[in-house]
Amino acid sequence: MALEKQRFDTLILGAGGAGLNAALQLANANLKVAVVSKVFPTRSHTVAAQGGVNAALANVLPDNWHWHMFDTVKGSDYLGDQDAIEYMCREAIPTVYELEHNGVPFSRLANGKIYQRAFGGQSQDFGGEQAARTCAAADRTGHAILHTLYQQNIRAKTHFYDEYFAVDLIKDDAGMILGALVLNIATGEPLLIESKTTLLATGGCGQVFRTTSNAHINTGDGMAMVLRADLPLMDMEFFQFHPTGIAGKGMLITEGVRGEGGYLINKDGDRFMEKYAPNAKDLASRDVVARSIVTEVRDGHGCGPEADHVMLKVNHLSEDVIAKRLPGIRESAKIFAGVDPVKDPIPVFPTAHYVMGGIPTDRFGRVMPTADDDGEHLPGLYAAGECACASVHGANRLGGNSLLDILVFGRLAGHNIIDYVKENKAHRPLNEASVEASMARLGRWDAKGDGMTVSQLRNEFRKTMEDHAGVFRVEDMMAEGVEKIKQVREKLNDVRLTDHTRTFNTNRTEALELENLIDVGLAIAVSALHRKESRGAHSRPDYPKRDDAEWMKHTLYWRESDKLDYKGVRVQPLTVESFPPKERVY
Amino acid sequence: MKFSVYRYNPETDSEPYMQMFEIEQRQGMMLRDALLAIQEQDESFTFRHSCGEGVCGSDGVNVNGSNKLACIAPLTELKDPVEVRPFPGRPVIRDLVVDMSQFYAQYNQVDPWLQRKEPLPEQEILQTPEERDQLDGLYECIMCGCCSTACPSFWWNPDKFLGPQALLSACRFLADSRDQAGEERLDKLEGPYKLFRCHTIMSCVEACPKGLNPTKAIGHIKAIMLKEAI
Repeated sequence: MALEKQRFDTLILGAGGAGLNAALQLANANLKVAVVSKVFPTRSHTVAAQGGVNAALANVLPDNWHWHMFDTVKGSDYLGDQDAIEYMCREAIPTVYELEHNGVPFSRLANGKIYQRAFGGQSQDFGGEQAARTCAAADRTGHAILHTLYQQNIRAKTHFYDEYFAVDLIKDDAGMILGALVLNIATGEPLLIESKTTLLATGGCGQVFRTTSNAHINTGDGMAMVLRADLPLMDMEFFQFHPTGIAGKGMLITEGVRGEGGYLINKDGDRFMEKYAPNAKDLASRDVVARSIVTEVRDGHGCGPEADHVMLKVNHLSEDVIAKRLPGIRESAKIFAGVDPVKDPIPVFPTAHYVMGGIPTDRFGRVMPTADDDGEHLPGLYAAGECACASVHGANRLGGNSLLDILVFGRLAGHNIIDYVKENKAHRPLNEASVEASMARLGRWDAKGDGMTVSQLRNEFRKTMEDHAGVFRVEDMMAEGVEKIKQVREKLNDVRLTDHTRTFNTNRTEALELENLIDVGLAIAVSALHRKESRGAHSRPDYPKRDDAEWMKHTLYWRESDKLDYKGVRVQPLTVESFPPKERVY
Repeated sequence: MKFSVYRYNPETDSEPYMQMFEIEQRQGMMLRDALLAIQEQDESFTFRHSCGEGVCGSDGVNVNGSNKLACIAPLTELKDPVEVRPFPGRPVIRDLVVDMSQFYAQYNQVDPWLQRKEPLPEQEILQTPEERDQLDGLYECIMCGCCSTACPSFWWNPDKFLGPQALLSACRFLADSRDQAGEERLDKLEGPYKLFRCHTIMSCVEACPKGLNPTKAIGHIKAIMLKEAI
């Protein structure tokens, strides 16, 4: 049967906050846009974001975007690109107002303005008093934003391909991206979508780790597609472990709990963060808090029969505050930890949460294909959101900056695509060879016979990642991890599906996701092994110091031969003075 | 623990059948964990799921006769053997996966987006905490479909009666002090079917995994209509 083809001005892969905010700009501008999502849009993982989105609205405490910028640069452990960070922090303010105008049901202050809460790593006046910068809709901010963006896209009549799985980018010999091969999950039939521009907005890859706050769908699909298209991923060694996942399970307990006044205690009831971050205490940066918890547990101060977690104390807050500001957390704690936080503390331990690295882009959301500091972008290919690396989070992302990143850069990518399509009206000729290569990759899963199952290899892989690329990383442990993951990659050849039917075959899509996970996992492990310093979330007891002379640079990883290269951090902001690296204390 | 699970693959089965599985029950296990364990035994078994914490709304299924979200349904609260079926009243694509397009189409029918007629302010549109409180119990809907597919009126007239989910969403915008299309919204709900096929059976209230109350929302819309009529 001939391969079905469709043509669009723009193809957006992913329907989370970044994809939907881009789609909205494009549909409003009457471009022909297709949004491909492997789940119905409101099931995208943006829906699970809890605490809120940062913007210096100054509704509660004094604030301005420049302080927000300082906190973000410091939070990034000076690896973030300061031009992109300045842009994001300035744009945060109109972006949040636009969201509100679109209908997001933000919580409110007595004067009718948007409610803002304190979050980790936020300060007034460049490192002074705690700021309150996180705009919140109770503790369901991601849900409120994602549903609102989807609603606005219904109004704008955006064309959705719901439950279509993106297999590969299609490219020509000049390296230009021509669209993507996608799979209709319900029918199992492939579809070729040709586009003048393509935006990758496929989200994160937390499923590479066994214990994660991420959803089943967060398998790094876009990142792996980029790797297979001979493009690099940047700064993949920087993976954020959120300090407060429900112990043993991984579900997220928002930083907003600590922002509202909750704090961590060990088995002796000590408020241990006072020891590790005397000023910011429980609202230190996430990397700092996560390491402190792991250290407490390793030093024998953990709680529970296995002494393997700490407690998050909330019961000193009034039931009214919890009902008003943290209703979702109360529900989650009851269901998954069996405790009512109004009465008892919640058992918590760090959980794999967010990848700071991703597809390298400039501050316009355009994909950067080389390690050249002054290199050109790849025309027509864009990336935004967690799959991208602008880089605004550097070595450690601040809470509340993730929703901000997806919204600001999704919107910006939308605007830049509109300009690009004005200038580039024609589709480039299709490259059949690239389509065939992708079809062959799909066809490989039709092979029958005995072999490992997808879930067997996936379990082995995720355990390996957890054991060898977690919160603390030393040379031998990581080198062993890289070898094991390479073996896992080899074993992929031995995996066979038992189900070869076409209709809604999740066995097949999970095999494709496993391929993606392994490619992305190796990018993380190889990048981590070679960075011989401690910076942000990348913590090496064998190299405990940050080394700006040698390592203030971005890692680039290519799949071919697991090659690495490096490029400089963009330390020059757009309009203000650069923030030079300083020792990072909270 | 024993599970009797609905199976149907249109490519290989002439008709649906129930299949028994047995899984080892661990502490704290949810129905979704059990379904995943079943999938490890039989990779051809298919169901939708994603976040695992009750916010994405993917894994609504019918369990021992009631609609539930599998990821927040503790096994300890289910009677053994557990009977798991797809949502009632929707066309089955395969196993527990149903075609939800009618459900989504009804959502689109209520123009589910905020509508303003006045020019927008430079900053946020102001809303008092009391006005914002009116949205609680309405905006949290995750569109899982547990309510509408549990509603006998929706089973009978899925194309004409909007169903509890869409009507809850309609109420969410009617209740928003920022929305300025109330009249048009009410006009669109006129007629014998869209709204008025709700017979307050309240299956939706029982089914909602988020503890929302669509029946109350529907009653609220009717009350506004009555007030407007007078």
